[in-house]
Amino acid sequence: MSHLSPTELKTHASEIWKSLDGRELRMKERLGIPLQEMPSQDPLVRCTNMNEVALGYSEEQVRVESARCLQCKNPTCIDGCPVRIDIPGFIQAAFDGDYAKSLGIIKESSLLPAICGRVCPQESQCQATCTVGRSLKDVGKAVSIGRIERYVADWGRENGKSRPPAVKPETGKRVAVIGSGPASITAAADIRKEGHTVTVFEAFHKPGGVMIYGIPEFRLPKKIVQEEIDALTTMGVELRTNFLIGRTRTLHELFEKDGYDAVFIGSGAGLPKFMNVPGENFVGVFSANEYLTRANLMKAYDSEHAATPIYPSRRVVVVGGGNVAMDSARMAKRLGADEVTIVYRRTEVEMPARVEEVAHAKEEGINFFLLANPVEILGNDKGRVRAVRVLRYSLGEPDDSGRRRPVPIEGSEMEMEVDTVIVAIGNESNPLIHRTTPELATDSHGHIVADEEGKTSMDRVYAGGDIVLGSATVILAMGEGRKAAAAINRLLDITQA
Amino acid sequence: MNRILEKVQLSREVFKMKIEASLIAEERKPGQFLILQLDTNFGERIPLTIADADPSEGSITIIFQTVGNTTHRLASMSEGDSIANLLGPLGHPTHIDRFGKVVCVGGGIGVAPMYPIAQAMKQAGNHLTVIMGARNRELVIMEKEMRAIADELILCTDDGTAGRKALVTEPLKELCSGSEKPDLAVAIGPPIMMKFCAETTRPYGVPTVVSLNTIMVDGTGMCGGCRVSVGGKTKFVCVDGPEFDGHLVDFDNMMLRLGSYRTQEEEEHHRCHLDLKIEEVSK
Repeated sequence: MSHLSPTELKTHASEIWKSLDGRELRMKERLGIPLQEMPSQDPLVRCTNMNEVALGYSEEQVRVESARCLQCKNPTCIDGCPVRIDIPGFIQAAFDGDYAKSLGIIKESSLLPAICGRVCPQESQCQATCTVGRSLKDVGKAVSIGRIERYVADWGRENGKSRPPAVKPETGKRVAVIGSGPASITAAADIRKEGHTVTVFEAFHKPGGVMIYGIPEFRLPKKIVQEEIDALTTMGVELRTNFLIGRTRTLHELFEKDGYDAVFIGSGAGLPKFMNVPGENFVGVFSANEYLTRANLMKAYDSEHAATPIYPSRRVVVVGGGNVAMDSARMAKRLGADEVTIVYRRTEVEMPARVEEVAHAKEEGINFFLLANPVEILGNDKGRVRAVRVLRYSLGEPDDSGRRRPVPIEGSEMEMEVDTVIVAIGNESNPLIHRTTPELATDSHGHIVADEEGKTSMDRVYAGGDIVLGSATVILAMGEGRKAAAAINRLLDITQA
Repeated sequence: MNRILEKVQLSREVFKMKIEASLIAEERKPGQFLILQLDTNFGERIPLTIADADPSEGSITIIFQTVGNTTHRLASMSEGDSIANLLGPLGHPTHIDRFGKVVCVGGGIGVAPMYPIAQAMKQAGNHLTVIMGARNRELVIMEKEMRAIADELILCTDDGTAGRKALVTEPLKELCSGSEKPDLAVAIGPPIMMKFCAETTRPYGVPTVVSLNTIMVDGTGMCGGCRVSVGGKTKFVCVDGPEFDGHLVDFDNMMLRLGSYRTQEEEEHHRCHLDLKIEEVSK
């Protein structure tokens, strides 16, 4: 498909809107409206810059796309949303052009729509069960709920309608929130709303967690994350960067020395997994965490100003099939690599990455080498990567996750000449808090054990997000933060009475 | 926050700074390090060992050598200036115990992080021998402080301008082969020195702890850039270390990884020096 410019997309939408002519639409007519593509930077151009790839709908497009929604009596999309946003409600308001109302509906359930509209895997959540997609027998043709959400959220940001929530009178209760990613931001806001004093502790020098160090600028502009952080500060949440719970203070000390009444742990999945194949410590092998942190948080792409170096790569292999793998591959391309290849054990269908990210990666010329997995990394006489030996796979029976298990094909090994290998196969949990607080129960993967409400094995300690779930998504982390915040608010209410 | 209270130049390239950092001072134990960054937007994050701390004053002391971008900039800062970001204390503290006879080997700037460890070992009731090495007299640091706590101090320089003209491995070998074999050796210094200290003690079965200073970004376990191979297993220096059994560390791989961001030219230059040094040490 050739790349259509934002203007072309806008013109098409405007023609369709005129043809709809403000009349009552029948279901068949709605189903006949073409899906509105997301305007994006030209692939050839964007490969050379860090600016956001997806540019967001024009108003014409958002109205037309909203017209595709059937306003189902029993909306299945809501069930697909981890925070149960009233999706038909906000889409109807967007269709009517009442964006303030639309935003209000979203904000009842989600604190971070500008972020979620950009990074949620909608095709496997709200859009997965959309009646429009089902009727057209293609989930890819579902109503673009995420794109509409993004438009509405951006409209609010740009028109100063995204005011932080009101805060109730001070209660004098104090809550420590550990980490400053999506789970923590949500928890902090929800707890602060009730009038409790909230301190957010962040180990890095900048707050935002994975949205700052992990997800690249070209997918989630840092300005948007900063706005959400600023909203917290405006609400009176105290932010303490350079503060590592487990070292600067232990969990116990937060209660005993600092007098907090409750703690929420949203410290994220902190320890990158490696493949455990020979050669993984050669120079030129990076965890995706390291590669992306250097590029994003440390701004290594701006070599003129940044002191942090990034490895000069020409031929790169990225191992994995998730969003982090796509981000790493596309980042490597932007940093000047000639050839970037995603190596993934299964097929594209099983890839956990958002469909849009895979599509964007392909448009940008990233190669996909599927049903293959590295078995060894080979180095040169200077200890630097010179090649990867990969084994080919075929798909066997479904495994526990329901995905077909890859089965190695004997004798299929081959070498790929590369100078850089980026490992993006997920994270294990960071051991620090657990090590310094042994009575905090963790499971065999090191994730903190938490119940339905986010309560851990320790009194007054709650947890949520990747530290509980393993590697999840922004929206799931948000949902967890919200749940735990509600439980903490109830706890503090009781203790106050 | 993080105000520089005192700055002293110890040698041409080595500076000592006392910095206001009450929380780190309160929690820090010997062997731990911190991450320092001078500019929140564009600065790099570098690990530095905490050489000393005064909880009552709320200060910590770092000693650093001007080797790269950040350390040069740090050296140009003055008393009263503030450091943008300090994170710590990081890493496991040194295991301090009454081992019996402990020999602490510090090479170059490694003498600084060794000082609090030697001090703690002495306080724990150990007989303390300190071996200090430097390229020349100019680069010897903290000799007075070390003399004050050591039962025995052996100073070596490569060129003989101070103390013995020897590498630190020579007196270490003498100690290990003598009748008063140490119960524990702790070595901190350039990787090549730690490697050869471990090689020196290995035949005598003297347990040898080394403290590694690898490339790090976050220092909290998140990036894995600091990983080293220890006994065939990959370990993260930031959360599993910084101290490891010197007999199990793959120093060769570690040294290659330390050079990850050297340009080709620098690499060649570095290798020449490394080869010379290895030749010298293995003699």
